[in-house]
Amino acid sequence: MSGANSSAGIVEAVSAAAAPGSGSARFWRLKSFARNRAALISALVLVGVVGAVTFGPLIGGLNPDDADNLARYAPMGSPGHLLGTDQQGRDMLARLLFGGRVSLLVGVAPTLTAGVIGLALGLLSGYVRGVVDQIIMRCLDVVFAFPMVLLAIAIAGAMQPGVLTEIIAITVILVPYFARLARTATESVVPMPFVEAARAAGGTPSAIMLRYILPAVFGPVIVYATTLIGLMIVVGSGLSFLGLGVQPPTADWGAMVAEGRVVLRRASHVTIIPGVAILIVSLAFNFLGDGIRDALDPRTIRR
Amino acid sequence: MSEGADAGLIVENLRTRFGSDRAGATVVDGVSFALQPGRTIALVGESGCGKSATALSLMRLIEPPGRIISGRVLLDGRDLLAMSEREMEGTRGAKIGMIFQDPLTSLNPALTIGWQISETILAHQPVSRAAAEQKAIELLRHVGVNDAERRAHDYPHHFSGGMRQRVLIAAAISCRPKVIIADEPTTALDVTVQAKILRLLRDLQQEMHASMLLITHDLGVVAAMADEVMVMYAGRIVERADVDTLFHNPGHPYTKALLACATGIEDDRGVPLEPIGGSAPDLRHPPPGCRFAPRCSAVQDLCRAQDQSLRALAGGHEVACVVVEQERADA
Repeated sequence: MSGANSSAGIVEAVSAAAAPGSGSARFWRLKSFARNRAALISALVLVGVVGAVTFGPLIGGLNPDDADNLARYAPMGSPGHLLGTDQQGRDMLARLLFGGRVSLLVGVAPTLTAGVIGLALGLLSGYVRGVVDQIIMRCLDVVFAFPMVLLAIAIAGAMQPGVLTEIIAITVILVPYFARLARTATESVVPMPFVEAARAAGGTPSAIMLRYILPAVFGPVIVYATTLIGLMIVVGSGLSFLGLGVQPPTADWGAMVAEGRVVLRRASHVTIIPGVAILIVSLAFNFLGDGIRDALDPRTIRR
Repeated sequence: MSEGADAGLIVENLRTRFGSDRAGATVVDGVSFALQPGRTIALVGESGCGKSATALSLMRLIEPPGRIISGRVLLDGRDLLAMSEREMEGTRGAKIGMIFQDPLTSLNPALTIGWQISETILAHQPVSRAAAEQKAIELLRHVGVNDAERRAHDYPHHFSGGMRQRVLIAAAISCRPKVIIADEPTTALDVTVQAKILRLLRDLQQEMHASMLLITHDLGVVAAMADEVMVMYAGRIVERADVDTLFHNPGHPYTKALLACATGIEDDRGVPLEPIGGSAPDLRHPPPGCRFAPRCSAVQDLCRAQDQSLRALAGGHEVACVVVEQERADA
């Protein structure tokens, strides 16, 4: 639907709500997304988490690196330390909020970047075929030949440690996975008669790729991306653990789990709290991905 | 042969081959015809005889390993086969509209139908998206879709087969093409819907004074729609005649056999079906001489000795059969 039509679209959507069995596409997409309860709750959870890590640290009195040696291993609910303290007496809530910034960034940014790059490469490979396809896919095969984490370590090791390094390293290792997925999905769509019909109607290759093939390839890529975000938070922590990502004492959820591991028996909450945070965020992204996929597929629109 | 602007579509010696020079099959082997504005030529033949390959060759949509190895396709005096790919993109959809066999899969399931029709318009005309969508709604109304404004926002799966074929027709005629290629447009539809779609196609064609190449294996459709008929067998045109001549005075033994199959179905259920014995030749190793010879009831030694090209009998009636030619000459 065009921009010029959008106000008309809203009017139509409202009248469509009154008259079932008719209505504008955009409205039904939103509605079908809202009907998927798990996706809706996940979206709210993620908004909450992002809001908390964005604005939480702005509230005064929270310092993730302020070690209170007299209050080490404080359990959850201690006065002044809502989530307790870790083995150095640092406030867990503060570390969770500050660490969340790094972890979310390391989980989301490379996945999105690699998703976009991989989608573009896969689409091009699968549609154009021939020499272009061979060159792209063989280059990506080289990246595939290395174990995923080992390659990330090698890339990160060659650069200055830090968040940006982590993001770049993880992006590079993810691109081939996305590209292969996108290429396979493209190959399954290209033989469809509607693509031939689009060609017979005078569609240029770029128009066909963008408007006919991309929508069909988008769904699986979105779902795959959301399943990777949780995993990449952990991979990012692994890099930090090896000293290639964020440096101590900067908090990051994965690093917090790793540090807590040593004192698991003495103070399990030091490990459990960031672990649960990773779990919730990963699950929420998965459900959200399913919801987006369903909402993007017109066939699943209930009416 | 005239190559003026109003000559319509002229195809000369079109040959399309799949596979390499040594191992492969020439699935369209020397097809020539002229399609004048406002006329309909039906291309008939059994499955795999090269009907669709001919249509795709005209559109230059043959995918590797297939390729067009020779011939000319003249539209408005210009050779489509010599055009750049970019020029060809500007021709497809604008000057030649194509309607496909299966309306269920020929529409993009991810886009609304109004959007899909306006895609074709936007690809060829310098209009805004809003104007194109307005035009799409008019086209939908024109092809008989009720409540077009609302239906334009629906997705293909909200439409029945017949309605989807109307949508595809709307898209095909959106730029008022000079030539409409309809590749078995009613094969996937219910019989009751077929008649309506055919009438719509004919009305639109007459209204636009377009030429139509109608590909079908349904002789009933041929009788209802075509001015002229070409019978294709194993990649070659074996008979060409106006529609009356073909049905009442068929020349080629293959055409006779085809008609025998059809009358067996429609006229009298008491008469057993007369199948054509044998099967179509493997085009990788075509039989020498006339390709129908192995299945032909009137075959003579001469048939196997040399290729049979189209020969004029009378009044534009052409047959690629030496036996028939001799018979008619004797008579």
